[in-house]
Amino acid sequence: MAASPVSPVRVLRSPVFFSVAAAVVIGALFLIGTGADPVAAYRAVITGSLGSAGIGSTLTTGTSVLGMALALAIPLRAGLINLGGDGQLVLGGISAAAVGLYSPLPAPLTTVLAVLAAMAAGALYAALAALCDIRFGVPLLVSSLLLSYPASSLASYLVRYPLKEPGSSLPQTRRLPDGVELPAFGTSTVTVGLVLVALAAVAYHVVDSRTAVGYEMRMTGLNPRFSAYAGVARGPQTLRLMAVSGALAGLVGAVGVLSFPYRFLDGSLTAPGYTWTGLTAALLAAAAPLGTVLASFFFAVLQVGGLSMERTTEVPRELTQVLQAIVIVFLAARLRITWRPKKRRDAAEQLTTEKAEAA
Amino acid sequence: MFDSDLVLSALRALTPILLAALGGALCERAGVFNIGLEGMMLMGCFTAVATSWFTGSPWLGVLAAALAAAAYSLILAVGAVTLKGDAVVLGVAMNLLAVGLTSFLLRTVFGVQGTFDDPDLLGLTEIAGFSPLTWLSWAAVGVAAVLLSRHAWGLRLRGVGEAPDAAATLGVSPTKYKYGAVLVSGVLCGLAGAQLALGNVTLFSENMTAGRGWIAVVAVMLGRALPLGVLLAALLFGLAEAAGFRLQGLGLPQQATDAAPYVVTLIALFLTTARRRRTTGASA
Repeated sequence: MAASPVSPVRVLRSPVFFSVAAAVVIGALFLIGTGADPVAAYRAVITGSLGSAGIGSTLTTGTSVLGMALALAIPLRAGLINLGGDGQLVLGGISAAAVGLYSPLPAPLTTVLAVLAAMAAGALYAALAALCDIRFGVPLLVSSLLLSYPASSLASYLVRYPLKEPGSSLPQTRRLPDGVELPAFGTSTVTVGLVLVALAAVAYHVVDSRTAVGYEMRMTGLNPRFSAYAGVARGPQTLRLMAVSGALAGLVGAVGVLSFPYRFLDGSLTAPGYTWTGLTAALLAAAAPLGTVLASFFFAVLQVGGLSMERTTEVPRELTQVLQAIVIVFLAARLRITWRPKKRRDAAEQLTTEKAEAA
Repeated sequence: MFDSDLVLSALRALTPILLAALGGALCERAGVFNIGLEGMMLMGCFTAVATSWFTGSPWLGVLAAALAAAAYSLILAVGAVTLKGDAVVLGVAMNLLAVGLTSFLLRTVFGVQGTFDDPDLLGLTEIAGFSPLTWLSWAAVGVAAVLLSRHAWGLRLRGVGEAPDAAATLGVSPTKYKYGAVLVSGVLCGLAGAQLALGNVTLFSENMTAGRGWIAVVAVMLGRALPLGVLLAALLFGLAEAAGFRLQGLGLPQQATDAAPYVVTLIALFLTTARRRRTTGASA
């Protein structure tokens, strides 16, 4: 999926196109199965998410999806899977809320400080998962996931006891002071958070395509043994990539708290499933920067459009989650995390089959 | 605070994890990294509840759960073994698909959102103080241990996992054994789901497996894919959970005890990998 000329045939034969098309077809079968009109349902998805009433919501959702997708794509580029996105996201959110509530600085500075604190919290926690891998030999996949649960529990505890809004029946913090928020565009719900996440995407693209760090990252993803042989220190690289990943997840947490509802409500950051949607987007794009942006937008459209599909056709919106997973099931069957060049892979497979047949 | 009640409640809590982890261990031995246990289990939960509700028989529910989860596990078998796709990505996708699919079906079949819970839904009746599936899970540990270490099937399965080319040379089809291991893990996860939804509780709620499949993945790692090792690892987790409930009664906040099993598991992983490194003298 490098920058080779894009011919229509290549697009049609690409696994990404195939997976998305297969999911759309299977989704249509589901719709027919529940007695709904698939054309009307898909039209509702598109008009509901891209029409004037829905586009703001799509961009707001897209901000969080893209943020998480970038957070998961960056380690994935080097073949590492961070399954602890939820924990890093939640710690970011609760840190932003704590700073927002208790910082003595003027509101604009407090907002900046809250964002930085959230990123630092996410980064440190993700780095802890990396350390478990590097120092203690617990695979990153497992360490990041296991650490995610205590982080959610910790945030849940903080918001129920020390940071709880007095008198409220909900597990939530007080509302942030006036002005401690990310500025919104006009009257929409779209905030500066979108700009921050977009900047992160641009930075990722530049680092990925133009710098030695990006080259080392892709090289490790393609072939970790070669990259180790070429002198890339695996440990520090894992640590750095995970810290960046956690910082971005923390940023998404901050965006969630520093915009509506302007507080930390237990479970509200993880309930929409941004982490998993983000991971799906990153996988679909094979962690390539531009692809990740496109895939995130696609899934934001599905997620928001699913709501209007539910309103017009009474088909449960969970269907969009099913479609999202089907895309990855089809894609995964065609793809490996270590993306070996296709020709060599085919040759290698042929060799093993021949060997097996000879035997 | 450690008494027989604690051990009993730990034993009840660990059955779903133990069944799923045994399935994971078989896959691991056959050389298929199975992290789709969570999703297979969730499919089992839903099928068990739906079948028990419509037929009025929890036993048919158990059977249907085993079959449905086995059918679901074919995604991993076809994707990872036949098409040589990435097992990790497939597993993650299967877990997501199961959450979406069961939530979708919950709304289309039962017309409810969140939780389906009805006094007429029949759960499993206990035999001698434990669910029949709990007894089955212990029997399965024994059977798996004997098969893997003493029987030709187990030897071939391990051979397929450790040296597929050598196994193929000796006329053992790696594909067949890998399919077999994945399908059996599907059956076991289906039973785990049935135990969770008709044994531990009698209801279905969205994402009710709540990470148990992942704990099973860790139990496989901690128990080095040995049936008895997996049993000990699952027991550790069950004890941590049961002790957590006990501590909650003593005034510790619920969130601290919720986190306890994960922290205990992580620490156990530290200790075992550290010891393994010392004994082998090599870095992993």
